Amino acid sequence: MIPEFGQLALALALTLALVQGTLPLMGAARGRADWMALARPAAAGQFVFVSIAFGALVYAFLSDDFSVLFVAQHSNSALPVFYKATAAWGGHEGSMLLWIAVLAAWTMAVAAGSRSQPQEFSSRVLGVLGIVSAGVIAFALLTSNPFTRLIPAVADGNDLNPLLQDPGMIFHPPTLYVGYVGMAVPFAFAVAALLTGRLDKNWAKWTRPWTVVAWLFLTAGITMGSWWAYYELGWGGWWFWDPVENSSFMPWLMATALLHSLAVTERRGIFKSWTVLLAIAAFSLSLLGTFLTRAGVMISVHAFASDPTRGLFILGLLALFSGGALTLYAVRANNLEAEGGFKLVSREAFLLANNVLLVIATGVVLLGTLAPLIVEALGLGKISVGPPYFNLMFLLPALPLVALIGVGMHAGWRMMPGDALLRRLRVPAIVAVAFGIALPFVFFGTASVLTVLAVSIALWVALSSLLDPVRRLVFRTGAPLTRGQVGMCLAHFGVGVFMLGATVASAYNFERDFAVRPGDTMEAGGYELLFKGVGSAQGPNFVADEAEIELRADGGLIGVLRPQVRTYRVQTEPMTEAAIDTNMLRDVFVALGEPLGNDAWSLRLRVKPLISLLWLGAGLMALGGLVAITDKRYRVPARQPAPAVAQPAGVS
Amino acid sequence: MVAVLAGVTLAGYFTYRALQENLLYFFSPSQVVAGEAPKRTFRLGGMVVEGSLKREPGTLNVSFLVTDNVHSVPVKYNRVLPNLFREGAGAVVIGRMNDDGEFIGDEVIAKHDENYMPPEVAEALEKGRAAQRE
Repeated sequence: MIPEFGQLALALALTLALVQGTLPLMGAARGRADWMALARPAAAGQFVFVSIAFGALVYAFLSDDFSVLFVAQHSNSALPVFYKATAAWGGHEGSMLLWIAVLAAWTMAVAAGSRSQPQEFSSRVLGVLGIVSAGVIAFALLTSNPFTRLIPAVADGNDLNPLLQDPGMIFHPPTLYVGYVGMAVPFAFAVAALLTGRLDKNWAKWTRPWTVVAWLFLTAGITMGSWWAYYELGWGGWWFWDPVENSSFMPWLMATALLHSLAVTERRGIFKSWTVLLAIAAFSLSLLGTFLTRAGVMISVHAFASDPTRGLFILGLLALFSGGALTLYAVRANNLEAEGGFKLVSREAFLLANNVLLVIATGVVLLGTLAPLIVEALGLGKISVGPPYFNLMFLLPALPLVALIGVGMHAGWRMMPGDALLRRLRVPAIVAVAFGIALPFVFFGTASVLTVLAVSIALWVALSSLLDPVRRLVFRTGAPLTRGQVGMCLAHFGVGVFMLGATVASAYNFERDFAVRPGDTMEAGGYELLFKGVGSAQGPNFVADEAEIELRADGGLIGVLRPQVRTYRVQTEPMTEAAIDTNMLRDVFVALGEPLGNDAWSLRLRVKPLISLLWLGAGLMALGGLVAITDKRYRVPARQPAPAVAQPAGVS
Repeated sequence: MVAVLAGVTLAGYFTYRALQENLLYFFSPSQVVAGEAPKRTFRLGGMVVEGSLKREPGTLNVSFLVTDNVHSVPVKYNRVLPNLFREGAGAVVIGRMNDDGEFIGDEVIAKHDENYMPPEVAEALEKGRAAQRE
């Protein structure tokens, strides 16, 4: 009965979402406070019922209810209990339910956090979120119902894909979804503002903290995914330009552009229509990502089984949401007027450059991701786009983008004398370039032009971000920094740290496959690895071949690495479990391959200098976002009466 | 205005070139045998022929045949094979042809589901079956 309750709850959530997506919007258009007042209770009710549905699915997994098709496909009675719970999002149907649950949670948060805003505005925001939610719940119920029964039930399930039996599965998908789905919130704010006809500084101020929260979760989620792929897929890479990676990276690039554009709109009242477009684009790319992942059109490690009706349904939603928003924009945007101008050397100009470069970067990734689909649709053959395209084309906008961060954050609003800016930044720039040239040669002996350039830019951004905090904390000069500024410095410092790690780990990566017998020694990047042999190991639901490898440097033992090849009991394909010896300076990564005959085994060996900085830098970016939203100006005033009655409906 | 247009055109041209140089086309064994495959790097896909996997004992060097059930192409590879690589299963190999008609693989693409067949391999096999019926 529990699965039927779940399905019923989801259907009830759909009805409430429809209420939330219609009456408050109509009420706002007609000035009827009673209709608008329905938005919050409908959102709360929807959240409750979606939670019940989600709980019912998790319960079905925990209680090994193999009469539910989705459970039978993705779980097994021998699965460790916390993987049973996380298996709820280990397949298409469940992950759509997670999408819905995350959106319901966002909607609740917006409902609670928008009480101080005019009712006419907040009810429109919630109304738009209701429409989005209704569309996605309908999608789940009609094409991807996780509660479908399997008759007759099977005795035991098909088990969770061994790749997903990893702690990464607990945190990566929910975190990523909070960010990904969170893009619906700035979208809803933008559409509500277009409907109200008031795109002003207040709108930007209300939107900004939500955008930062979604962005920081997206940052953290992508980082976790990258880290997971690095240690679990057993290839030793951290980014593959896989279509699914790209489909979360493109919204991230757009969200990053949106954050910076919102800063200008909040501060100066300009860039309004641009900001609106970015908000629409960020959410559209999230939906496009859902389409690419869920419709089976892509060849990818993430692609679930394909079903053309699902793809069509999502494309329909995309056309409805994005098309509707863009039409509205076309009708209303000519009412947007800038409240001021700016000079060529100013904070605004640098933020504009940031936006342009981020949009170009997004375009490049989008083109590479969609090219295979377009070429195939035109009947020109089957192609895939290799990583070299992405690496080259992404760096072209990304390098100047990062270099400009270091300048832009010191430029004043409106205008700034160029020579004052130059005087302030001269010393860190010289230091960055000097160390950018020296460090690669001192530590690694050689360096390409690109490496020197990238290391210099990374150091430049890091130093430039520390300038104001150091001046304030060490020399006690300058104005005190707000939380917002501290967050910005931290995030930009993180960009530098990330870039240093990414550059060095890619440029000085040692990478070789070996065939070794017990007693053989491999040499890699100043280390010696002694292969002692392969024994066997046991896990709760798998058996494994486990190698023992001693890691030595200068004759001293540093550690013992035990990479495994696991064979799970139900899904019996072998799974590589890499062993990694990590410190801040480098990772030594070993993955065990297969027996080669004559006692020999194959091994993948990687030494990646400074790769930890890559995760650390990305973490600092997210942390910077977290610090920034604690800024005083975003605190919700406690229960003040909403600032009076809103303007009459319609556009001025 | 002219400068902007010229800049955009130039950027577009470079993007096109970068894309063009990094596109990997897919070819089936029959297409390779018919001489349709290029000299440059491409993707070869099909089934790994049962009993064709040979390894120089104690080394990474392997050879195997990839087929679409009509023609097959010999492949040489000297890196760690992915977990799901096995005889009788589908595989996609990235690499290029040498002068002896062998395909030298740089990368064998790993798939994470034993039931999963890369769509392009499925299509190549389907074409192979159709050719046999004729």
